[in-house]
Amino acid sequence: MTNFNLTINGKTRQVDVDPSTPMLWVLRDHLGLVGTKFGCGIAQCGACTIHLDEMAVRSCQIPVSAVGEKKITTIEGLSEEGDHPVQKAWLEQDVPQCGYCQAGQIMTAAALLKENPHPTDEEIETAMNGNICRCGTYTRIKAAVKAASDS
Amino acid sequence: MTIIKTTYNRRSFLKSTALAGGGMMLGFSWFVSCKPSPEQVSNMPREWFEINGFLKIGENGMVTIMSPNPEIGQNVKTSMPMIVAEELDADWKKVIVEQAPLNTSIFTRQLAGGSQSIRQGWDGLRMAGATARQMLVAAAARAWEVPAEEITTDNGTLHHKNSGKSAGYGEMASAATEIPVPEEVKLKDSKDFKIIGTSRKNVDGKKIVTGKPLYGLDYHKEGMLIAMIAHPPAFGLKLKSVDDAEAKAMPGIKDVLTIKTYKDDYVRSMFDADAFQELVVVVGNTTWEVMNAKKALKLEWEPFKGYEEAFKTYSGDDTFSKKMPGGLENTGVHMEKMDKFPAKQLKVARKDGDPEAAFKKAAKVIERSYTAPFLAHNTMEPMNFFAHVTEDKAELAGPVQTPEFMEQSVAARIGLPLDKIDIQMTRQGGGFGRRLYGHFVVEAAVISQEIKAPVKLIYTREDDMTFGNYRPSYHATYRAALDADNKLIAFHVRAGGIPESPLFANRFPAGAIDNYLAESWEMESNITVGAFRAPRSNFIAGVEQAFLDEVAETMEKDPIDFRLELLKRATSDPVGENNDYDASRYAGVLELVREKSNWKTENNTGVHRGVSAYFCHNSYVANVLEMVMKNNKPEVRKVYCAVDCGIVVNPIAAINLVEGGTVDGIGHAMYSQLTFKDGKPEQRNFDRYRLIRHEEAPKAIEVHFVESDEHPSGLGEPPFPPIMGALANALYKATGQRHYHQPFIAEKPVIG
Repeated sequence: MTNFNLTINGKTRQVDVDPSTPMLWVLRDHLGLVGTKFGCGIAQCGACTIHLDEMAVRSCQIPVSAVGEKKITTIEGLSEEGDHPVQKAWLEQDVPQCGYCQAGQIMTAAALLKENPHPTDEEIETAMNGNICRCGTYTRIKAAVKAASDS
Repeated sequence: MTIIKTTYNRRSFLKSTALAGGGMMLGFSWFVSCKPSPEQVSNMPREWFEINGFLKIGENGMVTIMSPNPEIGQNVKTSMPMIVAEELDADWKKVIVEQAPLNTSIFTRQLAGGSQSIRQGWDGLRMAGATARQMLVAAAARAWEVPAEEITTDNGTLHHKNSGKSAGYGEMASAATEIPVPEEVKLKDSKDFKIIGTSRKNVDGKKIVTGKPLYGLDYHKEGMLIAMIAHPPAFGLKLKSVDDAEAKAMPGIKDVLTIKTYKDDYVRSMFDADAFQELVVVVGNTTWEVMNAKKALKLEWEPFKGYEEAFKTYSGDDTFSKKMPGGLENTGVHMEKMDKFPAKQLKVARKDGDPEAAFKKAAKVIERSYTAPFLAHNTMEPMNFFAHVTEDKAELAGPVQTPEFMEQSVAARIGLPLDKIDIQMTRQGGGFGRRLYGHFVVEAAVISQEIKAPVKLIYTREDDMTFGNYRPSYHATYRAALDADNKLIAFHVRAGGIPESPLFANRFPAGAIDNYLAESWEMESNITVGAFRAPRSNFIAGVEQAFLDEVAETMEKDPIDFRLELLKRATSDPVGENNDYDASRYAGVLELVREKSNWKTENNTGVHRGVSAYFCHNSYVANVLEMVMKNNKPEVRKVYCAVDCGIVVNPIAAINLVEGGTVDGIGHAMYSQLTFKDGKPEQRNFDRYRLIRHEEAPKAIEVHFVESDEHPSGLGEPPFPPIMGALANALYKATGQRHYHQPFIAEKPVIG
């Protein structure tokens, strides 16, 4: 066990865990931040997407020991009131069906728009390709990303 | 205006009570639809009349509707309360929806499956809303001393025009509990609907997009441990030995144990399907610690000999035995055996006219065979459940589609009476049929009982994908006989699967062809299967529609005209009596999709089109799919969907379901498969199991509903099966090749 000081959603959090523990499980099991979802554990589905500084990463593949000084943002910290343009667009388009993958989709979309505020359709598809939605809400997700990009 | 009775044989569907803090509560029977005949009523279980839904109107005017049905992404948590609110004339902004816990003494038939929630709930929900409204009106009439007929309602408010009086529902709610439940209530005409038919957003939307704990996997209880299971790596194997010394010594590990999910003499319900009799369980403090300890287990497995299992029928009145053959199965062998299934073992499911003679005299016979692989459900939220079993009670919580059945399974296994078992339902990260089979609920209960602690059982993706309850692997051979004038004179379908047949003998084109033969076969397997979004239809729809496309082409007919001609025959002069579809509604969706897609318009723009139509779960869906070739790869440019599901309750959610079913159907037909080598699934996670991704989704989906006053029918499943046919037909136009074997684009094709 090792002590880690992490900056998560703007706050300093301390955890005492095995250094190999993926951020996904640090968030879910040790910090009670369960908005970040477990889907596959091998970075293939995107349900566990968080931001490391401003980059979208799969938290199931980031050991806590690799985080260092980088700032972590999870779905819970994307906005104070749930009013990030991407979240608003998701509600406006009524995207979710079961909803399980959507936190990961939103985190990937938010990182994309930060880096590229006006992506083309192809750029949206490429950026979002690592996030699986079994309910098949892809067309709405794309519409929501475009709506957020316009706002 | 329709007047309906709120009683049947003097038994009321409704019960009114005062709320402790003021306000009224109306208990009602959620599922009083499908009006029964007197004979049916006399055979009905008593519980049918029992109350299973609640409607509360608080003194502050807030309306709370308690929904008994599991929410698996089909959006019933929003759409069903809309129906109550419509008849109540409630202010939708003041409606709160709560998920009811499993309580078999109060709620009955808590199940998500078969696209039945809206269809079966329709009448009961309307009756509840209309009754509450009528009682509020009566209370206001009494208070204001005016005739009830002069009182109108609107948006949660009562008005009396002549006196200028008005009051919110909350103000009259307590007084309304003193009004006897009316024996008859008036329902609105559909033209007067203000909420039904308008788009209302998901009531849980904000919680979902802000990452609030909603799902089973998010469930937490103080002192809770984490458990994971190890099951045999292949179907046909059982546990031989466990060396857990290393695993037990790892940090955070509390225990390693072996459990049997069901008792040996237990008679299973159909939702207790399970290929693995004994599991190894690792219990510890945190998920990561348990995952690591699981990897350190040294487990040996051995083949089992065949055995039989006793199952109850769905009604529970009878039992039957099911064989689990021994052996380690291979996909290559499966394909070969399905292709050569002995004709002697076929069962005739339907025969019209003299198909043998017609085929004999045919000028031309078209024969094609189609296959599809096993599929794993792959709900994005893996199987999981929370359990806390003590000596005198069991508390469970999590995502399951059949809580009522699981309560009985748990009771039988842990030896507690039903009333000591409480199951709370969480939101479910997808269902698709997978969570009908709740072995994981029982496992969680057994683990908690054994280790004497609250525990959350979590499956890894690999545990989940390799556990079974799959969509079966299917095979179908179609034959069509044409006479010298190129007229269709006979039709033959021979369909089977491992281990069940996908045949629906009485569906279209049965009823439209004089000489018709439908045969069915099944092949045993120890790979367990279960319902998968639109069971059986999810294969047979696509292949039948692909075959009809090829028949139309041979007959040199437009594929839509060809289908419409057959449907015309089935309408005007149907063959046989048990035709399981309404030919005019079937034709209706085809006509609508033809119009919306401008089907007649020829184009030379490199856009290739395929059409299909199907009927299942009481709804009709037709598709036109447009495909272009881009860098030698097929790309779905646009899909037109025409849907007849009766009255559309919540368009924005209904369109979402149709879009999703379309994407899901294209994805599974194009990319997904589960193959076996020596009993072992060759795909264990999303690196090798392909699900459709963003880049592969249609660039646009247009959904059109047939305008209808018909009772609403299913929508969770119907959009899924037909699209596979439209896809196959467009793929042929785009590539010049017919595709007979799913998945159409496989990384590693499986042949023979």
